[in-house]
Amino acid sequence: MIIGLDVGGTHTDVVLIGDQDIEKAVKVPTDSTNLFKTVLSGLEKIITNIDPDQINRVVLSTTLITNLIVQDTPFNVGMIISSGPGIDPKLFCTNGNYFTVSGSIDHRGRETQAVNEKEIQQIAAKLLSAGIRHVGVVSKFSTRNPAHELLINKILESSFEKVFLSHQISGSLNFPRRIATTYLNAAVYPIHKDFYVAVKKSLEKKGLAVPIRILKPDGGTMRFEASIDFPAQTILSGPAASVMGSFAFASDNETSLVLDIGGTTTDMSILLNGVPIIDPLGIDLGGYQTLIRALNTTSIGIGGDSVVRADNGKLSIGPERLGVALAYGGPVVTPTDALFVLGLEQDGNLQKARQGIAEIGEKLNISIEETALQIFDLACLTILDSAQKMTDRINSKPVYTVHELWEGSKIEPKTILILGGPAPLFAEKIKTLTNKKVKVIPNWKVANAIGAALARTTCEVTLLADTEQKIAVAPEEGFSRKINDKFSIHDAIDIALELLKVKALKRGANPDYLDTEIIEKMEFNMVRGFYTTGKNIRIKAQVKPGLIHTYKLKAENFLEQK
Amino acid sequence: MLHAKNKIGLVFFPAFDWAISPTHPEREERLLYTLDQILEEGIFDIEGIEEFKPDLVTIADVQRVHFCVPDPWKVMTESHFISAGGAKTIGMAVMENKIKKGFALVRPPGHHAMRLVHGARGFCNVNIEAIMIEFLRAAYGINRVAIVDTDCHHGDGTQDIYWHDPDTLFISVHQDGRTLYPGSGFISEMGGPNAHGMTVNIPLPPHTSDEGFLYAVENMILPILGDFKPDIIINSAGQDNHFSDPITNMNFSAKGYADLTRLLQPDIAVLEGGYAIEGALPYVNLGIILAMAGMDYDKVQEPGYNPEKIRQTPDVTRWIKKVGQKVMENWNQREKTKELRQKKQDFAKRNRDITYDTDNIAETQKETIRICTECGGALRIDSTAKPGHRILAIHIPHKACEKCVSCGYEWYEKADQKEFFKIFLQDRTCDKYFDKSAHS
Repeated sequence: MIIGLDVGGTHTDVVLIGDQDIEKAVKVPTDSTNLFKTVLSGLEKIITNIDPDQINRVVLSTTLITNLIVQDTPFNVGMIISSGPGIDPKLFCTNGNYFTVSGSIDHRGRETQAVNEKEIQQIAAKLLSAGIRHVGVVSKFSTRNPAHELLINKILESSFEKVFLSHQISGSLNFPRRIATTYLNAAVYPIHKDFYVAVKKSLEKKGLAVPIRILKPDGGTMRFEASIDFPAQTILSGPAASVMGSFAFASDNETSLVLDIGGTTTDMSILLNGVPIIDPLGIDLGGYQTLIRALNTTSIGIGGDSVVRADNGKLSIGPERLGVALAYGGPVVTPTDALFVLGLEQDGNLQKARQGIAEIGEKLNISIEETALQIFDLACLTILDSAQKMTDRINSKPVYTVHELWEGSKIEPKTILILGGPAPLFAEKIKTLTNKKVKVIPNWKVANAIGAALARTTCEVTLLADTEQKIAVAPEEGFSRKINDKFSIHDAIDIALELLKVKALKRGANPDYLDTEIIEKMEFNMVRGFYTTGKNIRIKAQVKPGLIHTYKLKAENFLEQK
Repeated sequence: MLHAKNKIGLVFFPAFDWAISPTHPEREERLLYTLDQILEEGIFDIEGIEEFKPDLVTIADVQRVHFCVPDPWKVMTESHFISAGGAKTIGMAVMENKIKKGFALVRPPGHHAMRLVHGARGFCNVNIEAIMIEFLRAAYGINRVAIVDTDCHHGDGTQDIYWHDPDTLFISVHQDGRTLYPGSGFISEMGGPNAHGMTVNIPLPPHTSDEGFLYAVENMILPILGDFKPDIIINSAGQDNHFSDPITNMNFSAKGYADLTRLLQPDIAVLEGGYAIEGALPYVNLGIILAMAGMDYDKVQEPGYNPEKIRQTPDVTRWIKKVGQKVMENWNQREKTKELRQKKQDFAKRNRDITYDTDNIAETQKETIRICTECGGALRIDSTAKPGHRILAIHIPHKACEKCVSCGYEWYEKADQKEFFKIFLQDRTCDKYFDKSAHS
């Protein structure tokens, strides 16, 4: 059996999935000041009266790292940055102990200035005397040639508990983002480690000794042990959980819009022919732009518990949440109260809800029913409008070849899949506001926890080959091999897929069900003078986000049941 | 997160799947390392720098500028529609105040493409700046346009298109035509009789370095722009003046290009040539982008840069000062000279031979312009291409007076279909293009 746990802004959902069915689903309130307690109480509740030996997989989607970063707590880490020509690297300063040093590598991975080892030793001494134990090292174009980062690491590694090297964290070009991402990894490392070690120990005490997996924002999972080297990769996985929960429902040959309507936010994303779209760069969070691979999702501050206001004769909803609805004893009017007034929600204090809505109505000079209707309409229209903007954003992404520009087709979702607490109610309304097909994901209330439980292990590999310099490298994987003139794009693809397989297994994938694909392949003739001197080949391969194979079909069964 | 002082827009279209031929300098790889550098610098993450997806230009956009023989489809590839479209996208964004300035990093380039197009010359088929400018004139009603062409090669195509236009100032600063393709762009080339002085050529001697280029900007280009008072400044930003460029002989640097951009303050820059694709382009483009955004570019320096080694000689400095004197003298006397040139004639004629080096075509042109003090003048071009056809092209400029309009139509109506393979009329007063041909 599998446990899936998803920490939401309001509630934490936990499911237990058996061979044929959802055995159990529980909900506990999220205490954002004590996530350890939240996670543990959710897990305790789900395994009560269950034989621990029957559980073979635990997947957690937490907001631990998200909260740490958003809270902007100062982190005591050291950063060593070597850049060479370009924008002044001091401008990307992340924290107090941030040092820019000499050394430069160019866009083809050639050294144009050496590292000054003495300079590094002096900085190391300073960091040690400041009591720093975790260091991030970033050099420009290290994803083309990691030699400088490796050399700096050699000088540091014996003196510090953990050194994060940017080329191992992402294969993408973007120096400022690599700096931010490396910093975040170094910063959250100790807390991440302590948290999961504590969770693991608590579960072991209860007789649960299976490996813990963590959901990532790209909709894949990673084993806790592997996450130690990339703790920031577990940032903000909530939206990915809901996408994966809808995965089994999206049609393979049409484009769907997924809306996860929660208490605090509505998360939206697109499944293109049933496959989630990956963000081209990475997550933006708490003022940091990162290279953390993620599904392309958008989150807006509109949910069942968002604040409703009427200022200057104008109705507005969100983006903040101050508590539950008036009907449930909360402090302010929310869209949920409108649902009570409209007779769509019961089991709460209708009187309180009516009173709150009436006050809003007075400010707008309309009846109480009309007010409730307008609130509900506005919430749905705002969600649809944001979804359209997200679609436009994806469609306006520049492309770099004549073929793509000329042949490029636009994404236009035909179906809307809705999950989250008030899914059926919102679906009924949205049906009246759009000409798209609208479907509610069965088991809508816990679909995100199901998504977390069943998501497969994902990862990505970047391989570069330069037949003029006679070398193929995948710095992220620590791979480098001499090649000859005959090396072709097919050879490059073979190596990339092999490296991908090794990486995926290390992170916890099942070797029998690896669904891999090439997501980028480019080959350029390099011409110097008027002669071709070599080929420049670039390959990106990934394990497709999806559900673990053995469960793919069953997932549909679980989700079908109401 | 970094912020740009000026909100700028970029169209980046490297056409990774298009080349003139596999080993031609204008090939797939050309902007590859530039893109690598821009991505690694995180340029598109800077607040105030927005990347736009290029639109395509339409046939009407092309025919507002060019006479394509036999038609646009035959002389353009998809990539030309996109690269001209990239420039147009940036132009629109500037006009609509979405951005303050913009840079179209597109290929293929266009500044050797003339008004009449039988094929490709100097790696260019259609003139992407002119297509953008004439679109902006038609759509947004701008009038006075200044083009500053800083490519190492003389912008002979742009010069040809605006030769007779009194509302477009074309300044080209380039390596002396006696030492480099296309072999034109001398100080004495100053525009047609109706637009005398509106073409300004600044030929610089080989091995001119930063000092010489910036001298030309400060002592010639900026004073001339100050007098002309354009509504908009376009920079044809070729990057082949770089000291490492393989097909030219100049000593300009990345920082020099950024300084030039800061001084010039163009509203729109459009990439032209530049073939030192590894050692120069990544750094020059980065420098231009940062300068346009009003950001610090002090640390943008190409590997192997040694200012002492590439500094121009005193001879070169003296030479450039002399060029400056002559250029400014001509500029200051432009109105008087124009009057003299327009005197006592109704029409002016010139005969020219034009070579299409890229496509191996030889063209002879007989050009007739109606002398006019009120507008750019009706223009008649009788052109024969070998291999190719004889065609007649008549251009009525955008602010043509009544007399020039009727002169243009008269030429068009009188033209004998038996003599010409194609007869075209471009009437910019109503933005229409006519084709009176026996062959279609």
